[in-house]
Amino acid sequence: MSRFVGLLAWPSWMMAFIAPLLAGSLMAAEAQPTAQDPAVEARLVHISGDLRCLVCQNESLASSHAKLADDLREEVRSLIKQNQSDDEIKAFLTARYGDFVLYRPTVKPMTWALWFGPFVLLLVALTAMVLYLRQRQRQAPEAAWTDEELKKAEKLLKDGESA
Amino acid sequence: MKKVFLIPLVLFFGLVIFLAVGLQRDPKEIPSPLVGKAAPAFKLFTLAENDQTFEPKDMLGQVWMLNVWATWCVACKVEHPLLVEFSKQQNLPIVGLSYKEIQAQDEPLGAKMSPEAKLLLARQRSEKFLQVRGNPYVLTAIDLDGRVGIDYGVYGVPETYVIDQQGVIRYKLVGAITPDILLKKILPLVSELKKT
Repeated sequence: MSRFVGLLAWPSWMMAFIAPLLAGSLMAAEAQPTAQDPAVEARLVHISGDLRCLVCQNESLASSHAKLADDLREEVRSLIKQNQSDDEIKAFLTARYGDFVLYRPTVKPMTWALWFGPFVLLLVALTAMVLYLRQRQRQAPEAAWTDEELKKAEKLLKDGESA
Repeated sequence: MKKVFLIPLVLFFGLVIFLAVGLQRDPKEIPSPLVGKAAPAFKLFTLAENDQTFEPKDMLGQVWMLNVWATWCVACKVEHPLLVEFSKQQNLPIVGLSYKEIQAQDEPLGAKMSPEAKLLLARQRSEKFLQVRGNPYVLTAIDLDGRVGIDYGVYGVPETYVIDQQGVIRYKLVGAITPDILLKKILPLVSELKKT
């Protein structure tokens, strides 16, 4: 009780920081009512973070609240309990839902454009830039002024002063 | 030299074409890895009261359609009349797969329904649905927990599969069947498959 009194006595701006933290910890406790094997859960979170929820496609399987995501998490959980490796679990899901479930698609001819495309584009852009710069250098005149031109300019300047 | 100004223009149109194609595509349409593979095996109870079961291998030797549906699924109601009409032609046997008919919110608060009770309720609701709207299915297998759905890569109902005589999945559709898809994709494929 004395702790609560202490908390209330704190300046209100401090409460503004602390209250959300308390709320967060309470919610986290609520989300997992059943005691589950923490090692399994940790692996589940680790794997499902790399997997896409197919219903709400911008969410990972770890964060999605869709019912299908629940089912798939349950499925992954049982595979973990069968001591399957991460790759085996991902293979299980890709066999059913395709590469689309993977946020990090495997490197294979089908996905080469996806993986290497940006680097190819960068290379093309760099080559274009180097070519362009070289060309510009070649076009630039060796010396900006010839002796004749310099004399002419000096003369013009002097004329300007005298005028 | 004069043509240099064309380069950004060409790049721009290239980008426009890329985006135009990309935006036209439906992100819900995920190419299924199951097409060309054997239909996953399962054994499930059907709507029939006598605990009759169904397995995909029962259909070996004929081209058939597997249609995943549920009474709570809105898009299933949309496609249902088309399926009923199509089934009257007796062109292709349609097997229904009732997907997770009993949802968490159907269970009484704080209590879990027994599997038997779920099966009973699923049968009652599905039978009523089919009585009112017509029954296009030769039978409907009941996938209460959605495990068979996971094996078939179901992520949204309705989904429709065309399976050939050897039990290989030849086509998969996510979403409601339209007359257009039926006439232009499914029927040509089925008549092609029936020739072999």
